Amino acid sequence: MSELNNTQPPQMEFSDDLRRRNLSGRIWMVVFRLSTVVGIIALVTLLLNIINQSAGYVHYEAKVDPDTLRVDGIPLEEQSKEQLMSVLQNNLSSGAYNKLDRDKPFAERDRGEVYDLVFDRVVKYKVEETWLLWDSLTHSREIKASVPTEQSGTELKFVVWANWDFLRRQQSSDPVLAGVRTAILGSLWTISITILAAFPLGVMAAIYLEEYAADNWINRIIRTNINNLAGVPSIIYGILGLAIFVRVLEPFTSGTLFGITDPTTANGRTIMSAGLTLALLVLPLIIINSQEAIRAVPGSLRNASYGIGATKWQTVWSHVLPNAMPGILTGTILAVSRAIGETAPLVVIGASTVIFFDPENPFSKFTTLPIQIYQWTSRPQDEFRFLAAAAIIVLLAILLTLNATAIFLRNRFSRRY
Amino acid sequence: MVQPQSKTENSHYVLEAKNLEIYYGSFKAVTDVHMNVERNKITAIIGPSGCGKSTLLRAFNRMNELVSDSSIRGEILFQGQDLYASNVDPVVVRHRIGMVFQKPNPFPKSIYENIAWGARIHGYKGKMDELVEYSLRQAALWDEVKDKLNQSGLALSGGQQQRLCIARALAVQPEVILMDEPASALDPIATLKIEELMQELKKNYTIVIVTHNMQQAARASDYTAMMMLSKDGERSGTVIEFDETKHIFTNPKDKRTEDYVTGRFG
Amino acid sequence: MKQIILNYPEARKSLKRRPRWGESIIQGLLIFSGFFSIFTTIGIVYELGKEALLFFREPAVNLWAFLTGTQWQPHIEKFGILPLLTSTLITSTIAMSIAIPLGLGVAIYLSEYATPKTRNLLKPILEVLAGIPTIVYGYFALTFMTPLLRTIFGQDTVDIYNMASAGLVMGILILPLIASMTEDALSAVPRSLREAAYGLGGTKLEVALKVVVPAAISGISAAIIVGMSRAIGETMIVAVAAGAGPNFTFNPFKGAETLTGHIVRISGGDLSYDSIDYNSIFAIGLMLFFITLTLNIISQQIVRRFREVYE
Repeated sequence: MSELNNTQPPQMEFSDDLRRRNLSGRIWMVVFRLSTVVGIIALVTLLLNIINQSAGYVHYEAKVDPDTLRVDGIPLEEQSKEQLMSVLQNNLSSGAYNKLDRDKPFAERDRGEVYDLVFDRVVKYKVEETWLLWDSLTHSREIKASVPTEQSGTELKFVVWANWDFLRRQQSSDPVLAGVRTAILGSLWTISITILAAFPLGVMAAIYLEEYAADNWINRIIRTNINNLAGVPSIIYGILGLAIFVRVLEPFTSGTLFGITDPTTANGRTIMSAGLTLALLVLPLIIINSQEAIRAVPGSLRNASYGIGATKWQTVWSHVLPNAMPGILTGTILAVSRAIGETAPLVVIGASTVIFFDPENPFSKFTTLPIQIYQWTSRPQDEFRFLAAAAIIVLLAILLTLNATAIFLRNRFSRRY
Repeated sequence: MVQPQSKTENSHYVLEAKNLEIYYGSFKAVTDVHMNVERNKITAIIGPSGCGKSTLLRAFNRMNELVSDSSIRGEILFQGQDLYASNVDPVVVRHRIGMVFQKPNPFPKSIYENIAWGARIHGYKGKMDELVEYSLRQAALWDEVKDKLNQSGLALSGGQQQRLCIARALAVQPEVILMDEPASALDPIATLKIEELMQELKKNYTIVIVTHNMQQAARASDYTAMMMLSKDGERSGTVIEFDETKHIFTNPKDKRTEDYVTGRFG
Repeated sequence: MKQIILNYPEARKSLKRRPRWGESIIQGLLIFSGFFSIFTTIGIVYELGKEALLFFREPAVNLWAFLTGTQWQPHIEKFGILPLLTSTLITSTIAMSIAIPLGLGVAIYLSEYATPKTRNLLKPILEVLAGIPTIVYGYFALTFMTPLLRTIFGQDTVDIYNMASAGLVMGILILPLIASMTEDALSAVPRSLREAAYGLGGTKLEVALKVVVPAAISGISAAIIVGMSRAIGETMIVAVAAGAGPNFTFNPFKGAETLTGHIVRISGGDLSYDSIDYNSIFAIGLMLFFITLTLNIISQQIVRRFREVYE
């Protein structure tokens, strides 16, 4: 320690300005807090904005006042299917009535459809004006005063756009009668194809990478490649899907390979193409999530299995997979909820924006919820914006349910070692 | 057990713990501690693992409160002032009572920056180069690193890293240095260097060291606090005996201390 | 006690390696699955490259004009990518100027300031924000942000479709991404470093900004780069709110189509194969692919270096 003796201690002077240090500490803390608050405000505003547009007063003008269509004093809403049919018969020319019957026999239509027909063909509501939820609540008196409801055919209703009929009805170009059933069914079909294709492939790839693959250059490339694919913009997958599934594999994706000749099928722009495109999109996510779940299974479990002479696959199948499954499922659900909300790739592969028929098989033309939202959002009229808001609420409800399931799975099964 | 001296003499002690209890939430980790730390001496805290030695040490410069919902009861006086009084700034406490940790934890910065950082945040006025050299010399590290001050602190060996951490603590001129098993991650030669260094440093500083190495305590310290779980079945640690080191190791008053220092414990 | 005879005749015979056909088939399937992602990448590069090549072979197109032209007007055979590229850059820059400061602020707050309770409450909110489909953000941009901007800056200054609105909302979209990646990087900084800094008498802010953030800087840069790549590839917000039509302008209050927005609009109509429009989306897509790929590779490289320091 002799070296200390030949050194003079330097001037030890601290001008410690604690007030300043603590002050700047407090200021920055406020800044950090504020950014968090801004994030939360953004989320709340986003939701409120949607809610604000999803309900409110609507001023309708009817060609025929529904009040005049009472049968024995019973209003339309409470009439039976037969009564509604008679209303149709009385108000339409027999030619028009018979044409409806030819399109789809009345015997096959349920009450809801006939009810919608009455409004579509006889009442013919037109939306004159709409109000936001906020205005409807705060200015209800002015709104009521501004609409001459005593006039025949003029009606003012408080409409919650995301209602039961909205879920039940097919797509329609008339905002009064438009619904999301076609879109929901399209989304469900598409996502089923996606899961069927991506889940087994993704889990197997994860098993390969975690349990089988040696640490050599080719497998490192695969890993890097998967990470890169996860970052590729979704629209690129759309372009790929357009080139491969819609165009090259058209005989398969349009179903002609299986002898299905659906006249509505537009050359490969089908549920099958959409489902497979989304499968490519979520595959890297499923692989990465499954890898993590598999990695979390302790090595001691594998050793125990190998120790009694099990083969590799026996070990994987009976020990690794069952223990990793909750994690794999959680990851898959999260990936799938990403796919459900995807719009861009489906626009590119040519999802139909206007389609009036429910999809019936994987080779049908289709639309999905996000596509429907996109289409309605792009329309200039307010009432379509409101429909878009209603469809967004449906979409968010579906996603919330899925996410809640994922979180439930994660909490229910997490940490058992 | 040595009782604290009368209050009038409190400037004599640098640190005094009185009736100290430390809690994590509702769990009482340390109970009923009385001990005094004398200026320019080395005070060792020994005892079996899990008896709260580190917890007690960290209470001396309020590092404990970085763990959420930890709290203390009783008093710790630093030169007669209550460390936990509401008007005391923990930042100042840690400036004046520095700490060296169990595992060397240099910042991922250059050796030079490791030393300069603390001085800079406290508004050091003098020449930084001088301070860096002086601190490194004090920590007996200067000759080994003077040619590579711009290298990362992480590039040093474990023992050098720990001396770098000591130099870093010295650079802000604390009055007390708390050392939490500073040599436990080091090899015997590096350990010896640290012990020599402590002897050198106590001329200017007061040192409190936690160690589970009894030889180290016996060799290096002037006073020793013996900690144990207070009672069988309870999980709170306490200081069962506090005395000059030579008494603790040659003539302990408490039977448990005797068992422990002679190796008959547990 | 009766003796139980274990009858494993096969096992008794020899220690020689036995063929296990089932295992081999399964292994083959697994290997195929593992390599499938490579096929996807090859597919992307091949298809985009092939069609893009056709595009550049068109007599109306030449590479130089493509890269430097300021007009994208297929009907008069002008194919300059710049208007699409600049609007992509403008929307992304606006988005990043929102998302970086806010995202870092949120991350530092969550990792260094928030109590565990607050953190457990806020992190799911971030996840929710990140899980909302982008079309919903597009709707938000068009029905909330645009009217808001038009109220603030005047109807004449701000177009109905404009890049500012899309960019701002895109910033909100990317905020949670940057925040959660940054938060991960910050919490990966060992506790001992924080303790060292506190032990020297650092204030919370000094520890956070001068020790923890620098130690996590590579993770943070990776987060920012990933955010940038996300912004450039983001489609639905710009498709809905930024404008329909290529427009070479630097005024954020004007409408202008981005790379992605253009692809969506062109392919939304009836697109016939092998038309110049059809081929052009592949050329644009290829460009997009390489930009985002480069950014992603850079970010992964940075993260890898970061790991080497601490593990």
